Amino acid sequence: MNLSVWTEVAPHAPVLLRGLLINIQLLLGLISLGLVVGVVTALIEVYAPRPVGIAAGAYTWFFRGVPEIVLLFLFYFGLSQFGVPVSAFFAAVLALGLRSSAYQAQIFRGAFQSIPHGQMMAARALGLGRLRAIVHVVLPQALRLSLAGWSNEFSSVLKDTTLAWGIGVVEIMRQASYIRARNFTLTLPIYVTVALMFLVLTYVGNLAIGLAERKLRVPGLEGQR
Amino acid sequence: MALLRVENLHKRYGHEEVLKGVTLAQDAGETKVVIGPSGTGKSTLLRCINRLTEPDQGRVWLEDTEITSRRTDINRVRAKIGFVFQDFNLFTHLTALDNVRLGLMKVRRMPRAAATGRAMAELERVGLAAKANAYPAQLSGGQQQRVSIARALAMDPKLILFDEPTSALDPELIGEVLSVMIQLARDGMTMIVVTHEMGFARSVADEIVFMEGGVIVEQGTPDKMFRSPEVPRTGEFLRKISDLYGESR
Repeated sequence: MNLSVWTEVAPHAPVLLRGLLINIQLLLGLISLGLVVGVVTALIEVYAPRPVGIAAGAYTWFFRGVPEIVLLFLFYFGLSQFGVPVSAFFAAVLALGLRSSAYQAQIFRGAFQSIPHGQMMAARALGLGRLRAIVHVVLPQALRLSLAGWSNEFSSVLKDTTLAWGIGVVEIMRQASYIRARNFTLTLPIYVTVALMFLVLTYVGNLAIGLAERKLRVPGLEGQR
Repeated sequence: MALLRVENLHKRYGHEEVLKGVTLAQDAGETKVVIGPSGTGKSTLLRCINRLTEPDQGRVWLEDTEITSRRTDINRVRAKIGFVFQDFNLFTHLTALDNVRLGLMKVRRMPRAAATGRAMAELERVGLAAKANAYPAQLSGGQQQRVSIARALAMDPKLILFDEPTSALDPELIGEVLSVMIQLARDGMTMIVVTHEMGFARSVADEIVFMEGGVIVEQGTPDKMFRSPEVPRTGEFLRKISDLYGESR
């Protein structure tokens, strides 16, 4: 690869970035969905009566056990089959988000279980109901402890957004393949560019999480760093 | 009428019956010290009073509220009963001030400023106003226990239950906690204290309750219990425990 190749790639950068913006939107959608559903699933697994806990366990087992690309197809083609018209983007957020929730539930569950039971008792003894004790005492600690594991999940799902290519979301990989189709000599430089863009994103994301971790740190409550 | 009445309380864990029918009454302003060998149901008794542990049988009243009734809002009752744990159980992620303020703001719905004022006053009372912004991990065991006492006091409890409050402390930290408790007793706080600290029992208890095997063996004033117990086993236990823990404090 000589220098001239890169000057040929440069004009395509805006298109790639437009694709990357879709990946970022996918990421924000799926990780938020995964966070909310993941916390709730973990709460159910730790605190709910056994049958409900088992159902939550089955849920995480399913979403951790099925390949992501299969989940994408199931949600995209499956939902429309049942008469629920979904856009490829929405199907991708749903499939990847629910999958991420299963992984995030594992992270949060461990964190919930690591909060000493005595603190829960002390909260109950003050007159806080069970749910409010969890919200005010267990959750703030568990979320802090989860940050390290969560940054791992973040890096992982950030890259998984490229799988949405498989169901036709016009994200960065789709844009890259369009460019490549028009000029095969750019194949390698284009994908190197995509790789670099993800490296930067991962770096920035983890930097932000690291900052949050430092800002939220409390003496005596150290996460696994 | 007694402030607290406990009637025929039973609790069983598996095959073992930890409480085999405990009955007692406590007047407002009274300090009761519960003693006895470990595993005889003293902690279980305290936990059954505010139903942190659900008793199998028996009734508990706080004034005219039956705590053990299904219809009673247990959270409202618990807000009136302070509980001090052996291992403090402070909330790790909150400063001393926030530990004391949490119940005021979230249970009693006190506005932030008022809660802060009240919490600072309680920290002052246990001699820790200067540590208001310290996290539990930055405090010694004795300081943590004093914060947990302030946390209980802030709720304006009608009664405070102490579950071996000094058992997890290094010997040189016990005194600071006991002196706070002695002051509370003298100020007229109603307290039930499970402890082995005989010096404390002798100096502030209105009544000593000796429990063994899930029942109350004997109860009476410190004078009677130390000098002329009716049950030989009471005297034997008190002599042993006094040798072990001393009475100097």
